[in-house]
Amino acid sequence: MSESVVQLDKQQSGGSSQPLVRVDNLKKYFPITGGVFQRRVGDVKAVDGVSFAINRGESFGLVGESGCGKSTIGRTLLRLNDKTDGTVTFDGQDLHKLSKSDLRNMRTKMQIVFQDPFSSLNPRIKVGEAIGEALIDHGLASRKDVKNRVIETMKICGLAEYHYDRFPHEFSGGQRQRIGIARALIMNPEFIVADEPVSALDVSIQAQIINLLSDLQREKQLTYLFISHDLSVVEHLCNRVGVMYLGTMMEMAPTDELFSNPLHPYTKALMSAIPIPDPTLKRERIVLQGDIPSPANPPSGCKFHTRCPMAADICKQQVPEYRNVGNEHFVACHFA
Amino acid sequence: MAKELVEFRNLETHFKTSAGTVKAVNDVSFSIREGETLCVVGESGCGKSVTAMSLMQLIESPPGKIVGGEIIFEGKDLLKLSKKDMSRLRGNEIAMIFQEPMSSLNPVFTIGKQITEPLLYHLGMTQKEAKARAIELITMVGIPRPEKIYDSYPHELSGGMRQRIMIAIALSCNPKLLIADEPTTALDVTIQAQILDLMRDIKGKMNTAIMMITHDLGVVAEMADFVVVMYAGKVIEEAPVLELFKNPQHPYTQGLLKAKPVINQRQERLYSIPGQVPNPVDLGDNCHFHDRCEFCMEICKAKTPPLRTHADGHKTACWLYEEEGKAQ
Repeated sequence: MSESVVQLDKQQSGGSSQPLVRVDNLKKYFPITGGVFQRRVGDVKAVDGVSFAINRGESFGLVGESGCGKSTIGRTLLRLNDKTDGTVTFDGQDLHKLSKSDLRNMRTKMQIVFQDPFSSLNPRIKVGEAIGEALIDHGLASRKDVKNRVIETMKICGLAEYHYDRFPHEFSGGQRQRIGIARALIMNPEFIVADEPVSALDVSIQAQIINLLSDLQREKQLTYLFISHDLSVVEHLCNRVGVMYLGTMMEMAPTDELFSNPLHPYTKALMSAIPIPDPTLKRERIVLQGDIPSPANPPSGCKFHTRCPMAADICKQQVPEYRNVGNEHFVACHFA
Repeated sequence: MAKELVEFRNLETHFKTSAGTVKAVNDVSFSIREGETLCVVGESGCGKSVTAMSLMQLIESPPGKIVGGEIIFEGKDLLKLSKKDMSRLRGNEIAMIFQEPMSSLNPVFTIGKQITEPLLYHLGMTQKEAKARAIELITMVGIPRPEKIYDSYPHELSGGMRQRIMIAIALSCNPKLLIADEPTTALDVTIQAQILDLMRDIKGKMNTAIMMITHDLGVVAEMADFVVVMYAGKVIEEAPVLELFKNPQHPYTQGLLKAKPVINQRQERLYSIPGQVPNPVDLGDNCHFHDRCEFCMEICKAKTPPLRTHADGHKTACWLYEEEGKAQ
């Protein structure tokens, strides 16, 4: 795995400018205790040796189904979780080695937007105050300036000044997501982790939020880690995409390359599973059999072999190498 | 054209809230034909689920109440049936599956018990017959080792399996109509593909009519024969699926189709419908979409457009297609 990181480096850093975020062989295991046996039974290998890098100003997409570890990566990357192994480098510094106060300062540069903006807002706090809270906490503005900064940020995010004194329940889902984005944005971050930011929204509102996110990125040169289960949203918003399955990166490539030339059978199956709004279309669909195996007890060899239409004996025994096949296209499959 | 199985006639379901009356279903009429898959699409709060719940008469009252209209099922008005007759119909001739299969299965009973319940109650089978039929049903929905699953509890199954079990329960009495309320929304795409395949399969085998409620136009394109588009409690457009996607008439339908990012059709910028769904309390007599519509005219703010046929089987409620509107 570390070899591929070296390759990654050569490919993406392009000389002196180093990537903003580098994730190197990251592992995050959650222990399973209790249950029927009332003892430690094993580990859920939520993230099992994942490496990638995100360049400045880039938007990197992570896709995969539930339980593939994409959200855990987002959280571990911001050190909202502790890691089990591996490193996360942000702006040249190892995040998981920073002292508490250094980490606190670093936090202003990296923000997160969650899927469900309602449960991430305190129902008793006015949204204006919720948006400005972090500024005051970090001592980045005086109380007087805060209100102006908040209103300015709210306007950028498509909210109006009179929304300042309202409470979260008075907003619709799309507006709440705008509040969530405003709250991240007010810190003037360099890096935003967006964890399924549009999944809970209706189609017509989804498009508004996607457009807002891409406008903000252009205007403020933001770097995104965009986590989603929806390939079509990721295709629209991201420069590069990684596809995960059961805690492992299966394929990673620049967006156009990935979508025009998917190599991993899992990526192909994911793409063909998405219903396309065109009733005249007749597609050869790859329907995967079975369910996603438990990450507590992942299959041997290639983790996908239990559902893979191409699986052979080698897949059960050997973990496929995650390798570069050209055009910055990485894939972990014996047959790709 | 096949015979009509269900007909909604001017259905009105209202909810009384402290803020005012919410007309969740406001004068809705459409029909479902035998063996047909009809998809109801719309955004949250448009009344699509309440329409289905009104048909099942599962509206919680208070605050909800069906205040007007008729729901004709095989010639009978369901709204006039006694409670007892209605519960004889429910789960028997009309069955329903929900979005969240975990919360619709009882966690303290085995799968077997829950599948056999309608068989014992509606069809009067003996325990032994019911068990045999249940195992047949579990096999039919594509779950391996049915005997083992029969004795399992819901928490032992994955989301996709639970939804398969829900489908098995729904189909246990050979219903004429299956209502599926966002059946795949909580599932992963690869599992969604399996469940949609299963539903298509079943429809082919059993000739069950399906009323499918969804917000996903991709699912509509794959499943539907006929589509009803709802917005703020009203049907604003209905058409056969090919016609609707080829020739959407209502600006809202057009916007929905344009706003959805589609794989392998990357655009520089997504089209988005401005604004948001109006507050459902005390909506006036106008087109509820008018403040988000780029073609809004004076008449749109003053009068509700009628739902009228403008092409073969294609109805639209929009002043753009009316004489009064064209005059402006």
